[in-house]
Amino acid sequence: MQVNENKEFQPLIVAFCCNWCSYAGADLSGTNRLNYPTNVKIIRVPCSCRVNPMFILRAFQRGADGVILCGCHPGDCHYTSGNYFTRRRMTLLFSMLDFLGIERDRTRVEWVSAAEGAKFAATMNEFTEAVKKLGPNRRLEDLRCRKQ
Amino acid sequence: MNKNLKEQVLRSSGVNVLKCMRCGKCSGTCPSYDEMEYHPHQFVYMVEKGDIETLMKSESIYKCLTCFACVDRCPRGVQPAKVVEAVRLAAVRQQDGNRLSADQIPSLLDEDLPQQAIVTAMRKYAK
Amino acid sequence: MQRIGVFVCHCGTNIAATVDVKAVAEALSHEPGVVISQDYQYMCSESGQNLVKDAIKEHKLSGVVICSCSPRMHENTFRKAAASAGLNPYLVEIANIREQCSWIHKEIATATEKAIILGRAAVAKVHLNTPLTSMESPVVKRALVIGGGIAGIQTALDIAEAGFDVDIVEKKPTIGGKMAQIDKTFPTLDCAACILTPKMVEASQNEHITIHSFSEVEEVKGFVGNFTVKIRKKARYVDETKCTGCGLCTEKCPMKKVPNEFNMGLDNRSAVYIPFAQAVPKVATIDPNYCMMLKNGKCGVCSKVCSVGAIDYKQEDRIIEEKYGAIVVATGFDPIKLDKYDEFAYSQCPDVVTSLELERLMNAAGPNGGTLLRPSDKTHPHTIVFVQCVGSRCDDSKGKPYCSKICCMYTAKHAMLIREKYPDTEVYVFYIDVRTPGKNFDEFYRRAVEQYNVHYIKGMVGKVTPKSDGKIGVQASDLLSNEQLHIDADMVVLAAAIEPDKTARPLATMLTTQMDTNDFFTEAHPKLRPVESATAGIFLSGACQGPKDIPETVAQGSAAAAKAIGLLCKNSITCNPCVAHSDELKCNGCSSCEKVCPYGAITYIEKEFRMPDRTTAIRRVASVNPAVCQGCGACTVACPSGAMDLNGFSNSQIMAEVDAICK
Repeated sequence: MQVNENKEFQPLIVAFCCNWCSYAGADLSGTNRLNYPTNVKIIRVPCSCRVNPMFILRAFQRGADGVILCGCHPGDCHYTSGNYFTRRRMTLLFSMLDFLGIERDRTRVEWVSAAEGAKFAATMNEFTEAVKKLGPNRRLEDLRCRKQ
Repeated sequence: MNKNLKEQVLRSSGVNVLKCMRCGKCSGTCPSYDEMEYHPHQFVYMVEKGDIETLMKSESIYKCLTCFACVDRCPRGVQPAKVVEAVRLAAVRQQDGNRLSADQIPSLLDEDLPQQAIVTAMRKYAK
Repeated sequence: MQRIGVFVCHCGTNIAATVDVKAVAEALSHEPGVVISQDYQYMCSESGQNLVKDAIKEHKLSGVVICSCSPRMHENTFRKAAASAGLNPYLVEIANIREQCSWIHKEIATATEKAIILGRAAVAKVHLNTPLTSMESPVVKRALVIGGGIAGIQTALDIAEAGFDVDIVEKKPTIGGKMAQIDKTFPTLDCAACILTPKMVEASQNEHITIHSFSEVEEVKGFVGNFTVKIRKKARYVDETKCTGCGLCTEKCPMKKVPNEFNMGLDNRSAVYIPFAQAVPKVATIDPNYCMMLKNGKCGVCSKVCSVGAIDYKQEDRIIEEKYGAIVVATGFDPIKLDKYDEFAYSQCPDVVTSLELERLMNAAGPNGGTLLRPSDKTHPHTIVFVQCVGSRCDDSKGKPYCSKICCMYTAKHAMLIREKYPDTEVYVFYIDVRTPGKNFDEFYRRAVEQYNVHYIKGMVGKVTPKSDGKIGVQASDLLSNEQLHIDADMVVLAAAIEPDKTARPLATMLTTQMDTNDFFTEAHPKLRPVESATAGIFLSGACQGPKDIPETVAQGSAAAAKAIGLLCKNSITCNPCVAHSDELKCNGCSSCEKVCPYGAITYIEKEFRMPDRTTAIRRVASVNPAVCQGCGACTVACPSGAMDLNGFSNSQIMAEVDAICK
C-alpha cells in the first residue's frame, strides 16, 4: 500500500496465475501491448489448485490490498480437474473472508485462457479499479509487518 | 412480427423452441395431422419466427387433441403440444374472439365420449 | 550463505526502453545473498549465456536470477546454461520483466519499480530453491491392447511391426469385433470379412502378438512404462492348446437352442460353439449357461467325440499377470438397446430390426445364407423403411445427445445393396439430415438416390404399428411436401445410436483415465493429442474415444500404435522433477491427498518409524510416485497436516514471493 497525499491511492495487487492458461494469457497481453496498471504483480504457480488459501491470507497480512487468482476455464485444466478444486476452495475462503468483514471485491477468481490476453488486461484494469475504490486493506494487514 | 405475442407464447408454454432440430417426428406421430392446416412442427417453427397471428387465426389450434404423442416422442424434448396450447391460450385471451357462444355448446356434446376438455385438462396438468 | 547472481536483460530496447535496467541491477545488488548483479543487451544470446556461465564459475554461485522475458520462453535456455556450468538447473529463476512489465507499462518510473519488485520476488524464491534431479524410470518393452476389434488388431499389428511384443485382450471367444459381423463396407462395398479376416490371421500368426481371447482385464497397477496388469482368462472348458477347431463337438452337441449372439440372436447355435467359421483363435467354447453337462452333469457328448481330448469340464478361470510399458484402449462400441422407444415397436415385431441385425440378415454366412427374408415368416420383403437417428441427437432423457456418425452411410449402403439385389423392393429412408463428410461419401449417397432410386424423405417416423396381416404400418411426416405419410411396410430398419461398450467405464476407473458424460474416453487434447489419454502411457484407439467408421478407426489405431511405439522405443523416461513429495514425519495417513490426485500418483504404505523412546511404530503414510505425479499441487492444499509439498513451487517458496512482493 502506498498512500501519498498528492497522489491517489495505489493498491498493491497480487495475482496468482496458473502456468498453462492464465500466465500464458498474461504473457499474451504483454505481447499484444495491452496495458494494465503496474499495481498488479504476478506469481506463477503450476495450477490454480496449487494456491493454498494461506497464501492469500499471507498476502493480506503483508499488506496486499487485493488478491486475484486466475486459472484455466472449467473443463480446460491442464491437470484435468485442478480448477474445480480451486473453485470449491475459494468459495469457502471467500465466505470466510466475508464473515471476517473483508470486502468481497478485494478477492476474485477469474478464468483466463492462454488465448485471452485481452481478457486478462481487462480483468486486471477492472479489478484494480474496484480495489482502488475500496481503499487500503486495513482489517487484515498486520502492522508489525509493514515496512518502515 | 409481434414480439410481445411471441414472448407471451414462449412464457406460457415454457418451451424452448430453439431446441427443435426439425426432424418432424411430432408431425409424423400426430393423429390429427390431416385435420390441421398447420402441423405440429410448423407450430414450433412459426413460433420461433414469431409468426403467431397466423396460427391464432387458423382452425388448427382447435384440432390438436392434446394427446401429447408429440411431447412423448420428440427426441429433443421440445413439447410441441404445449406450444399449440399456448397459442390457443393467446387466441382465447383476445377480446371479442369468442369462437362459440354458450348456447351452442349443448348441441356439440357427444353422450358417448368423455368431454374432450376434461380429458385434455387432465393430461395438461398431469405432465 | 547463498551466493546469488542477478542478470538483467535489455532485450535490445524491448525491456530497456521502459525499464531502467541499470537501476534494476543496482537495486537488486543490495538484496540479501546477491553477490553479483549486472545487465546485458541480450541475455539469451551466446555471449549472454556465457556471461551467466562464467559468473557461476567465478563467483561460485548457488542460485541465479534472470530478469528477462517470460519463463515460458527461455527458462530452458538458462537452465541448460546453468547445468553446463555445473549448477543444478533448478536453481535458476526467471523474473518476467518483459511480457509482464516493460511491454504493458509506459511510464519508466513505475515500470522500473515493478521490475525491481519482480526481481526481488525471484531472489526471495531462489533462496529456497533446492537442487532437483530428473528421475529416470525404465520402460517395459511390451504393449497391451484392450479389445480385439479392427481398432485393436490394427494397433497390435503396427506395434508388432516395429518389433515390440503386444498382447491383445478380447472378452469374446474370438477377435474381430463388430467388423466381423458387418456384411459390406462403405463406400467401396467390399466385403468386410474379406478384408478383416486376413488381418485376424496375420495377428494370430505374428510372433510378437499374443492373443488372450475370452479374457478380461482384472486389475491395472503401475504407471507409464511400467504397468502391471492382471488378466482373467475365463474358463472356456476347452483346452485351447489341444483344440483343432474341427467343429465336430458343435455338430454333435444336443443343446442346439442357444440364441446366436454373433447373428444378433436371429438364429441358434449349440452350447459348445465356435462363433463363426473364420474365428481367431479357432477354438470351441462351452457356454456354461446352456451346457447340460456343466449344469446338471448329464451329457458329455462333446468330450466323447473330441478326438484330441480338448474338452475339460473342470476348467476354471485363470488369472495371469504381465508387465507392460504402454496400454492401448480399443474397447469399441455397441448399438444401444431400443426397448424404451416403443413407438418403433422394436420389441413387439420381429420384422422391425436394427441395422446391425440387417447386416447379419443380408450376410452370406448369416441366418438366411445371404437371402434377405423377413425374420417372422421368411418371406421376401417388398417395402422396406429405414429410420435414421434412433436414439442419436436426442435430449439427454430421450437418448444420446451426439450424432452416431456412421448411420447415414451404412443406411445408404443397405438401401443400395437391397435395391441392387432386389429391384422389386421399394426402399424409403426417413432422414433428418444426411451427413456424409468423408472421401467419396457424398458421391456414394447421391448414387443411392440417383442410380438406385432410393426414396429419401426428409422427415421422421412417428409411429410403427404391426398389423394383423403381417404388414407394418409406418406413419411418418414428409416435411418437404408437408404431408403425413402412411406406408405399409414389410420391414422396418432402425439406425440405432451407438454407445461405448459397457466394460469401458470400469476399465477407465482401473486405468485412472477420464471419460466424458457419454462414457467415451477423453483424449488428452481434442485437436493436438487425439490418441493419447491424459494419463501418461494410456492410448486410445477406435470408437472407444467417439463414434467412428472403419477408415477412421484404422487411422486412429495406427496413430495410437505410433504413439505407443514412441514410448516403447525409449529405454527409460525422464520425469519432471517438480513433483509432490510427502514429509513422512508429518503425514497422518488421512487419505485427503489420495482423493484429490487426478493421476492416482499417491498410494499409502505402512512404514516403520523409530520413536523417541527407541521403540518402533508402524504408521500409514502417503507416498508419491514421481513417475506418475504431474506436479499440479492439488494435494499440497488438501493436506491438513502440511506434510505434502511440491518441488519447485514449495509452500515456503510461494510465501517468500508473496512476502517479497508485499514488502
